Amino acid sequence: MDKSVIIIGAGAAGCEAAYRLAEAGITVELVEKENETGGNLNNWHQLFPDRKQAEELRRTLREHLSHPAIRVHRGVMPVRWERTENGGFRVEVNDGALLESDALLVATGFQTFDARRKEEYGYGIYENVVTSVELENFFANRRIATSAGVAPKRIGLIQCVGSRDEKTCNFHCSKVCCITAVKQAIELREMLPDAEILCFYMDMRMFGPGYEEMYREAQEKYRIKFVRGRLSEASENREKQVIVKCEDTLVGKPLRMTLDLMVLMVGMEASESSRSIARTLGLELAPNLFIKTCDPHYAANRTAVEGVFVAGCCTMPMNLTETLHDARSAAMEIRNYLALNHKP
Amino acid sequence: MNNIWGFSISGARVIDYDRNDHRPAEGLSAEVPSSRLCIGCGGCTATCTAGAMTDFNIRKLQMLVKRGENKEAREQLHRCMLCGKCLLVCPRGVDTRRMILALYRLTAQPSL
Repeated sequence: MDKSVIIIGAGAAGCEAAYRLAEAGITVELVEKENETGGNLNNWHQLFPDRKQAEELRRTLREHLSHPAIRVHRGVMPVRWERTENGGFRVEVNDGALLESDALLVATGFQTFDARRKEEYGYGIYENVVTSVELENFFANRRIATSAGVAPKRIGLIQCVGSRDEKTCNFHCSKVCCITAVKQAIELREMLPDAEILCFYMDMRMFGPGYEEMYREAQEKYRIKFVRGRLSEASENREKQVIVKCEDTLVGKPLRMTLDLMVLMVGMEASESSRSIARTLGLELAPNLFIKTCDPHYAANRTAVEGVFVAGCCTMPMNLTETLHDARSAAMEIRNYLALNHKP
Repeated sequence: MNNIWGFSISGARVIDYDRNDHRPAEGLSAEVPSSRLCIGCGGCTATCTAGAMTDFNIRKLQMLVKRGENKEAREQLHRCMLCGKCLLVCPRGVDTRRMILALYRLTAQPSL
Protein backbone atom coordinates (compact mmCIF):
# COMPACT_ATOMS: atom_id res chain seq x y z
CA MET A 1 0.00 0.00 0.00
CA ASP A 2 1.22 3.49 -0.79
CA LYS A 3 -0.34 5.76 1.77
CA SER A 4 0.42 9.34 2.66
CA VAL A 5 -0.17 11.80 5.47
CA ILE A 6 0.05 15.59 5.56
CA ILE A 7 1.31 16.93 8.89
CA ILE A 8 0.72 20.58 9.69
CA GLY A 9 3.41 21.88 12.05
CA ALA A 10 6.98 20.65 12.47
CA GLY A 11 7.46 21.21 16.18
CA ALA A 12 8.36 18.33 18.48
CA ALA A 13 5.02 16.56 17.85
CA GLY A 14 5.01 17.01 14.07
CA CYS A 15 8.63 15.88 13.69
CA GLU A 16 8.21 12.81 15.88
CA ALA A 17 4.94 11.74 14.22
CA ALA A 18 6.52 12.24 10.79
CA TYR A 19 9.42 9.97 11.66
CA ARG A 20 7.23 7.23 13.16
CA LEU A 21 4.88 7.26 10.17
CA ALA A 22 7.80 7.24 7.74
CA GLU A 23 9.31 4.27 9.56
CA ALA A 24 5.99 2.47 9.02
CA GLY A 25 6.26 2.99 5.26
CA ILE A 26 3.90 5.93 4.99
CA THR A 27 4.82 8.97 2.90
CA VAL A 28 4.80 12.20 4.91
CA GLU A 29 4.39 15.78 3.71
CA LEU A 30 5.48 17.93 6.64
CA VAL A 31 4.37 21.56 6.42
CA GLU A 32 6.02 24.21 8.62
CA LYS A 33 5.25 27.95 8.54
CA GLU A 34 8.67 28.95 9.90
CA ASN A 35 11.90 28.60 7.96
CA GLU A 36 13.19 26.00 10.39
CA THR A 37 11.64 23.00 12.10
CA GLY A 38 11.53 22.59 15.90
CA GLY A 39 8.73 24.98 16.89
CA ASN A 40 8.74 26.27 20.46
CA LEU A 41 11.57 23.89 21.34
CA ASN A 42 13.89 26.29 19.47
CA ASN A 43 13.41 28.85 22.27
CA TRP A 44 14.62 26.54 25.03
CA HIS A 45 18.16 26.20 26.36
CA GLN A 46 17.93 23.34 28.86
CA LEU A 47 15.16 20.82 29.53
CA PHE A 48 13.69 19.63 32.83
CA PRO A 49 14.08 17.43 34.78
CA ASP A 50 17.48 16.17 33.61
CA ARG A 51 18.91 19.54 32.45
CA LYS A 52 19.60 18.08 29.02
CA GLN A 53 20.61 20.64 26.39
CA ALA A 54 17.51 21.28 24.27
CA GLU A 55 19.81 21.19 21.25
CA GLU A 56 20.37 17.44 21.78
CA LEU A 57 16.68 16.72 21.31
CA ARG A 58 16.40 19.20 18.46
CA ARG A 59 19.26 17.43 16.69
CA THR A 60 17.63 14.01 17.04
CA LEU A 61 14.31 15.29 15.71
CA ARG A 62 16.03 17.11 12.86
CA GLU A 63 18.13 14.09 11.87
CA HIS A 64 15.04 11.90 11.73
CA LEU A 65 13.53 14.25 9.15
CA SER A 66 16.15 13.14 6.62
CA HIS A 67 14.15 9.89 6.25
CA PRO A 68 13.49 9.36 2.51
CA ALA A 69 9.73 9.08 3.07
CA ILE A 70 9.51 12.57 4.61
CA ARG A 71 9.27 15.72 2.55
CA VAL A 72 9.62 18.92 4.58
CA HIS A 73 8.02 22.11 3.29
CA ARG A 74 9.56 25.01 5.23
CA GLY A 75 8.29 28.56 5.35
CA VAL A 76 4.93 27.71 3.84
CA MET A 77 1.32 27.70 5.03
CA PRO A 78 -1.75 25.95 3.72
CA VAL A 79 -4.03 28.31 1.80
CA ARG A 80 -6.67 25.99 0.36
CA TRP A 81 -8.15 22.73 1.63
CA GLU A 82 -10.26 20.14 -0.18
CA ARG A 83 -11.54 16.66 0.57
CA THR A 84 -10.88 14.23 -2.30
CA GLU A 85 -13.47 11.75 -3.63
CA ASN A 86 -11.94 8.85 -1.68
CA GLY A 87 -11.98 10.69 1.65
CA GLY A 88 -8.44 12.03 1.43
CA PHE A 89 -7.13 15.59 1.47
CA ARG A 90 -5.83 18.00 -1.12
CA VAL A 91 -3.96 20.97 0.39
CA GLU A 92 -2.55 23.89 -1.52
CA VAL A 93 0.30 25.70 0.20
CA ASN A 94 1.34 29.27 -0.47
CA ASP A 95 4.40 28.41 -2.56
CA GLY A 96 2.05 26.90 -5.12
CA ALA A 97 2.62 23.23 -4.27
CA LEU A 98 -0.40 20.96 -4.23
CA LEU A 99 -0.15 18.21 -1.61
CA GLU A 100 -2.39 15.13 -1.45
CA SER A 101 -2.82 12.62 1.32
CA ASP A 102 -5.07 9.98 2.82
CA ALA A 103 -5.06 11.48 6.30
CA LEU A 104 -4.20 14.75 7.98
CA LEU A 105 -2.38 15.33 11.24
CA VAL A 106 -2.73 18.70 12.97
CA ALA A 107 0.33 19.39 15.14
CA THR A 108 0.19 23.16 15.34
CA GLY A 109 1.19 23.36 18.99
CA PHE A 110 0.94 26.24 21.43
CA GLN A 111 2.01 29.83 21.75
CA THR A 112 3.15 31.41 24.99
CA PHE A 113 0.87 33.92 26.67
CA ASP A 114 1.48 37.52 25.64
CA ALA A 115 2.50 38.99 29.02
CA ARG A 116 1.52 42.51 27.94
CA ARG A 117 -2.08 41.42 28.38
CA LYS A 118 -1.44 41.20 32.14
CA GLU A 119 -0.86 44.93 32.34
CA GLU A 120 -0.67 45.13 36.13
CA TYR A 121 2.58 43.12 35.99
CA GLY A 122 4.18 45.79 33.83
CA TYR A 123 5.72 43.68 31.09
CA GLY A 124 6.68 45.99 28.23
CA ILE A 125 6.26 48.97 30.58
CA TYR A 126 8.87 48.41 33.29
CA GLU A 127 12.45 47.80 32.30
CA ASN A 128 13.26 44.86 34.51
CA VAL A 129 10.36 42.57 33.78
CA VAL A 130 11.13 39.68 31.43
CA THR A 131 9.38 36.45 30.45
CA SER A 132 10.53 32.89 31.06
CA VAL A 133 11.19 32.59 27.31
CA GLU A 134 13.50 35.60 27.39
CA LEU A 135 15.26 34.12 30.42
CA GLU A 136 16.02 30.96 28.40
CA ASN A 137 17.67 33.26 25.90
CA PHE A 138 19.73 34.86 28.70
CA PHE A 139 20.87 31.37 29.71
CA ALA A 140 21.82 30.56 26.12
CA ASN A 141 23.93 33.74 26.06
CA ARG A 142 25.32 33.03 29.55
CA ARG A 143 24.52 36.52 30.82
CA ILE A 144 21.99 37.63 33.44
CA ALA A 145 21.78 41.39 33.94
CA THR A 146 19.30 44.11 34.74
CA SER A 147 18.52 46.88 32.25
CA ALA A 148 21.38 48.86 33.84
CA GLY A 149 23.75 46.02 32.97
CA VAL A 150 24.49 44.85 36.53
CA ALA A 151 23.92 41.44 38.09
CA PRO A 152 20.54 41.36 39.91
CA LYS A 153 20.71 40.83 43.68
CA ARG A 154 17.11 39.79 44.17
CA ILE A 155 15.11 37.97 41.50
CA GLY A 156 11.45 36.96 41.63
CA LEU A 157 9.91 34.29 39.41
CA ILE A 158 6.16 34.77 39.07
CA GLN A 159 4.10 31.69 38.29
CA CYS A 160 0.68 31.39 36.63
CA VAL A 161 1.06 34.38 34.29
CA GLY A 162 -1.76 33.85 31.83
CA SER A 163 -2.76 30.55 33.45
CA ARG A 164 -5.54 29.82 35.96
CA ASP A 165 -6.74 33.34 35.37
CA GLU A 166 -10.25 34.24 34.27
CA LYS A 167 -9.16 37.81 33.65
CA THR A 168 -7.08 36.64 30.71
CA CYS A 169 -9.75 34.09 29.69
CA ASN A 170 -7.31 31.30 30.47
CA PHE A 171 -8.97 29.03 33.01
CA HIS A 172 -6.57 26.18 32.44
CA CYS A 173 -3.31 25.27 34.14
CA SER A 174 -0.39 25.30 31.71
CA LYS A 175 1.24 22.51 33.72
CA VAL A 176 4.87 23.03 32.84
CA CYS A 177 5.48 26.53 34.27
CA CYS A 178 5.91 25.33 37.90
CA ILE A 179 8.72 22.97 37.01
CA THR A 180 10.15 25.47 34.51
CA ALA A 181 10.35 28.02 37.35
CA VAL A 182 12.18 25.48 39.55
CA LYS A 183 14.60 24.66 36.72
CA GLN A 184 15.21 28.31 35.87
CA ALA A 185 15.67 29.24 39.55
CA ILE A 186 18.38 26.58 39.80
CA GLU A 187 20.07 27.84 36.63
CA LEU A 188 19.94 31.39 38.02
CA ARG A 189 21.54 30.21 41.27
CA GLU A 190 24.37 28.55 39.35
CA MET A 191 25.13 31.82 37.58
CA LEU A 192 24.50 34.10 40.58
CA PRO A 193 25.67 32.30 43.75
CA ASP A 194 24.86 35.22 46.07
CA ALA A 195 21.55 36.44 44.68
CA GLU A 196 18.28 36.00 46.55
CA ILE A 197 15.91 34.00 44.34
CA LEU A 198 12.21 33.70 45.13
CA CYS A 199 9.36 31.87 43.39
CA PHE A 200 5.84 33.21 43.87
CA TYR A 201 3.35 30.37 43.42
CA MET A 202 -0.27 29.39 44.06
CA ASP A 203 0.40 25.63 44.04
CA MET A 204 3.54 23.76 43.16
CA ARG A 205 2.28 21.25 40.59
CA MET A 206 5.15 18.82 40.41
CA PHE A 207 3.40 16.14 38.36
CA GLY A 208 6.24 14.54 36.45
CA PRO A 209 8.97 12.02 37.29
CA GLY A 210 11.80 13.74 39.13
CA TYR A 211 9.93 17.03 39.46
CA GLU A 212 9.19 16.91 43.18
CA GLU A 213 12.78 15.83 43.74
CA MET A 214 13.97 18.83 41.75
CA TYR A 215 11.73 21.14 43.80
CA ARG A 216 13.20 19.71 47.00
CA GLU A 217 16.73 20.15 45.70
CA ALA A 218 15.93 23.75 44.71
CA GLN A 219 14.93 24.45 48.32
CA GLU A 220 17.67 22.55 50.12
CA LYS A 221 20.73 22.67 47.90
CA TYR A 222 20.10 25.79 45.83
CA ARG A 223 18.46 27.88 48.61
CA ILE A 224 15.55 29.01 46.44
CA LYS A 225 12.76 30.59 48.50
CA PHE A 226 9.14 29.89 47.76
CA VAL A 227 6.35 32.32 48.62
CA ARG A 228 2.78 31.08 48.34
CA GLY A 229 0.68 33.87 46.93
CA ARG A 230 -0.33 35.24 43.59
CA LEU A 231 1.23 38.52 42.53
CA SER A 232 -1.48 41.16 42.54
CA GLU A 233 0.44 44.07 41.06
CA ALA A 234 3.89 45.43 40.38
CA SER A 235 5.26 48.95 40.15
CA GLU A 236 8.62 50.51 39.34
CA ASN A 237 10.75 52.82 41.47
CA ARG A 238 13.20 55.49 40.34
CA GLU A 239 16.03 52.97 40.35
CA LYS A 240 14.00 50.91 37.85
CA GLN A 241 13.55 48.13 40.38
CA VAL A 242 10.24 46.30 40.50
CA ILE A 243 8.12 46.51 43.65
CA VAL A 244 5.77 43.57 44.00
CA LYS A 245 2.71 43.04 46.15
CA CYS A 246 1.14 39.74 47.06
CA GLU A 247 -0.33 38.04 50.08
CA ASP A 248 1.97 35.59 51.77
CA THR A 249 -0.90 33.16 52.24
CA LEU A 250 1.10 30.89 54.54
CA VAL A 251 1.67 33.78 56.93
CA GLY A 252 -1.70 35.38 56.28
CA LYS A 253 -0.35 38.89 55.71
CA PRO A 254 0.17 41.12 52.70
CA LEU A 255 3.77 41.28 51.58
CA ARG A 256 5.73 43.81 49.56
CA MET A 257 9.29 43.65 48.37
CA THR A 258 11.64 45.14 45.80
CA LEU A 259 13.09 42.99 43.04
CA ASP A 260 15.98 43.78 40.72
CA LEU A 261 14.60 41.43 38.09
CA MET A 262 11.13 39.92 37.73
CA VAL A 263 10.58 36.89 35.52
CA LEU A 264 7.05 36.08 34.36
CA MET A 265 6.38 32.36 33.81
CA VAL A 266 4.15 32.72 30.77
CA GLY A 267 1.56 30.01 30.24
CA MET A 268 0.48 28.11 27.15
CA GLU A 269 -2.35 29.01 24.81
CA ALA A 270 -3.56 27.28 21.69
CA SER A 271 -1.56 28.78 18.83
CA GLU A 272 -3.13 31.08 16.26
CA SER A 273 -2.49 28.39 13.66
CA SER A 274 -4.36 25.82 15.76
CA ARG A 275 -7.38 28.07 16.00
CA SER A 276 -7.47 29.00 12.32
CA ILE A 277 -6.94 25.41 11.14
CA ALA A 278 -9.69 24.24 13.48
CA ARG A 279 -12.02 26.81 11.91
CA THR A 280 -11.08 25.79 8.37
CA LEU A 281 -11.45 22.06 9.00
CA GLY A 282 -14.52 22.36 11.20
CA LEU A 283 -12.81 20.96 14.31
CA GLU A 284 -14.47 21.66 17.62
CA LEU A 285 -12.61 23.75 20.18
CA ALA A 286 -12.64 23.08 23.92
CA PRO A 287 -13.67 26.01 26.18
CA ASN A 288 -9.98 26.89 26.63
CA LEU A 289 -9.67 27.17 22.80
CA PHE A 290 -7.40 24.15 22.44
CA ILE A 291 -8.66 21.62 19.87
CA LYS A 292 -11.18 19.21 21.32
CA THR A 293 -10.39 15.52 20.88
CA CYS A 294 -12.95 12.73 20.48
CA ASP A 295 -12.37 11.35 23.95
CA PRO A 296 -9.86 12.41 26.59
CA HIS A 297 -8.91 8.83 27.45
CA TYR A 298 -9.36 6.49 24.55
CA ALA A 299 -9.40 8.66 21.44
CA ALA A 300 -7.14 11.56 22.38
CA ASN A 301 -5.64 11.74 18.86
CA ARG A 302 -8.90 11.57 16.94
CA THR A 303 -11.22 14.44 16.08
CA ALA A 304 -14.87 14.51 15.12
CA VAL A 305 -13.79 14.94 11.48
CA GLU A 306 -12.93 11.62 9.87
CA GLY A 307 -9.33 11.39 8.73
CA VAL A 308 -8.18 14.40 10.76
CA PHE A 309 -5.92 13.59 13.70
CA VAL A 310 -4.27 15.75 16.35
CA ALA A 311 -1.01 15.49 18.30
CA GLY A 312 0.85 17.58 20.84
CA CYS A 313 0.03 20.90 22.44
CA CYS A 314 -2.69 21.92 19.98
CA THR A 315 -5.03 19.86 22.19
CA MET A 316 -3.77 20.77 25.68
CA PRO A 317 -0.67 21.92 27.53
CA MET A 318 1.87 19.09 27.62
CA ASN A 319 5.49 18.68 28.56
CA LEU A 320 7.94 17.35 25.97
CA THR A 321 7.71 13.75 27.18
CA GLU A 322 3.95 13.79 26.76
CA THR A 323 4.19 15.59 23.41
CA LEU A 324 6.50 12.93 22.01
CA HIS A 325 4.31 10.11 23.41
CA ASP A 326 1.25 11.79 21.96
CA ALA A 327 2.92 12.07 18.56
CA ARG A 328 3.76 8.34 18.55
CA SER A 329 0.25 7.52 19.65
CA ALA A 330 -1.15 9.66 16.82
CA ALA A 331 1.14 7.89 14.34
CA MET A 332 -0.24 4.55 15.51
CA GLU A 333 -3.84 5.76 15.24
CA ILE A 334 -3.19 6.97 11.70
CA ARG A 335 -1.61 3.65 10.70
CA ASN A 336 -4.66 1.80 11.97
CA TYR A 337 -6.97 4.20 10.21
CA LEU A 338 -5.14 3.83 6.92
CA ALA A 339 -4.95 0.03 7.19
CA LEU A 340 -8.51 -0.65 8.33
CA ASN A 341 -10.81 2.13 7.22
CA HIS A 342 -9.36 3.28 4.02
CA LYS A 343 -10.00 1.52 0.73
CA PRO A 344 -7.19 1.56 -1.82
CA MET B 1 7.03 59.55 72.38
CA ASN B 2 4.75 62.24 73.65
CA ASN B 3 1.35 61.63 72.26
CA ILE B 4 -0.51 64.65 73.55
CA TRP B 5 -3.51 64.09 71.31
CA GLY B 6 -4.34 60.61 72.48
CA PHE B 7 -4.58 59.33 68.89
CA SER B 8 -2.18 57.16 66.95
CA ILE B 9 -1.94 55.61 63.52
CA SER B 10 -2.12 51.84 63.31
CA GLY B 11 1.15 50.31 62.10
CA ALA B 12 0.92 48.79 58.64
CA ARG B 13 0.22 45.07 58.77
CA VAL B 14 2.05 44.49 55.53
CA ILE B 15 5.29 42.52 55.61
CA ASP B 16 7.95 45.03 54.56
CA TYR B 17 10.44 42.53 53.23
CA ASP B 18 12.99 45.16 52.19
CA ARG B 19 13.27 46.67 55.68
CA ASN B 20 12.92 43.52 57.78
CA ASP B 21 15.97 42.02 59.45
CA HIS B 22 16.85 38.78 57.67
CA ARG B 23 19.69 37.73 59.95
CA PRO B 24 17.58 35.28 62.00
CA ALA B 25 16.29 33.70 58.76
CA GLU B 26 19.84 33.39 57.41
CA GLY B 27 20.96 31.91 60.72
CA LEU B 28 18.10 29.41 60.65
CA SER B 29 18.90 28.36 57.09
CA ALA B 30 22.56 27.86 58.01
CA GLU B 31 22.06 26.10 61.37
CA VAL B 32 19.05 23.99 60.44
CA PRO B 33 19.29 23.40 56.67
CA SER B 34 16.27 21.09 56.74
CA SER B 35 14.13 24.13 57.62
CA ARG B 36 14.47 25.22 53.97
CA LEU B 37 12.41 22.21 52.99
CA CYS B 38 9.07 23.30 54.48
CA ILE B 39 6.23 23.13 51.96
CA GLY B 40 3.66 24.69 54.28
CA CYS B 41 1.48 21.58 54.51
CA GLY B 42 0.52 22.23 58.15
CA GLY B 43 0.97 18.65 59.34
CA CYS B 44 3.07 19.94 62.24
CA THR B 45 0.41 22.40 63.35
CA ALA B 46 -2.35 19.80 63.16
CA THR B 47 -0.57 17.46 65.54
CA CYS B 48 0.88 20.16 67.82
CA THR B 49 0.16 19.73 71.54
CA ALA B 50 0.59 23.43 72.24
CA GLY B 51 -1.46 24.33 69.18
CA ALA B 52 -4.39 22.32 70.53
CA MET B 53 -4.63 24.60 73.55
CA THR B 54 -3.26 27.96 72.39
CA ASP B 55 -3.05 29.79 69.08
CA PHE B 56 0.54 28.62 68.68
CA ASN B 57 1.17 27.74 65.04
CA ILE B 58 4.59 26.29 64.32
CA ARG B 59 4.16 26.31 60.53
CA LYS B 60 3.35 30.01 60.58
CA LEU B 61 6.04 30.77 63.15
CA GLN B 62 8.93 29.56 60.99
CA MET B 63 7.40 31.25 57.96
CA LEU B 64 7.28 34.54 59.88
CA VAL B 65 11.00 34.25 60.57
CA LYS B 66 11.67 33.51 56.89
CA ARG B 67 9.92 36.76 56.01
CA GLY B 68 11.74 38.72 58.72
CA GLU B 69 8.74 39.15 61.04
CA ASN B 70 10.95 38.24 63.98
CA LYS B 71 9.19 39.98 66.82
CA GLU B 72 5.93 38.20 66.21
CA ALA B 73 7.73 34.87 65.99
CA ARG B 74 9.65 35.47 69.18
CA GLU B 75 6.47 36.21 71.11
CA GLN B 76 5.09 32.80 70.15
CA LEU B 77 8.18 30.66 70.74
CA HIS B 78 7.73 29.99 74.45
CA ARG B 79 4.44 28.19 73.84
CA CYS B 80 6.19 25.21 72.24
CA MET B 81 6.60 22.33 74.70
CA LEU B 82 9.24 20.56 72.58
CA CYS B 83 7.22 17.35 72.57
CA GLY B 84 8.47 16.61 69.04
CA LYS B 85 5.27 15.28 67.50
CA CYS B 86 5.71 17.73 64.61
CA LEU B 87 9.05 16.08 63.91
CA LEU B 88 7.34 12.72 63.46
CA VAL B 89 4.70 13.91 61.01
CA CYS B 90 6.76 16.28 58.83
CA PRO B 91 6.78 14.80 55.28
CA ARG B 92 9.92 16.74 54.36
CA GLY B 93 11.94 15.73 57.40
CA VAL B 94 12.32 19.21 58.86
CA ASP B 95 14.10 19.06 62.21
CA THR B 96 11.41 21.14 63.88
CA ARG B 97 12.62 20.81 67.46
CA ARG B 98 16.12 21.91 66.53
CA MET B 99 14.51 24.74 64.62
CA ILE B 100 12.66 25.98 67.73
CA LEU B 101 15.81 25.81 69.87
CA ALA B 102 17.80 27.67 67.21
CA LEU B 103 15.11 30.33 66.93
CA TYR B 104 15.29 31.02 70.68
CA ARG B 105 18.88 32.10 70.20
CA LEU B 106 18.49 33.72 66.77
CA THR B 107 15.60 35.95 67.75
CA ALA B 108 16.93 36.81 71.20
CA GLN B 109 18.27 40.31 70.42
CA PRO B 110 15.70 42.84 71.52
CA SER B 111 16.58 45.05 68.53
CA LEU B 112 14.82 42.65 66.16
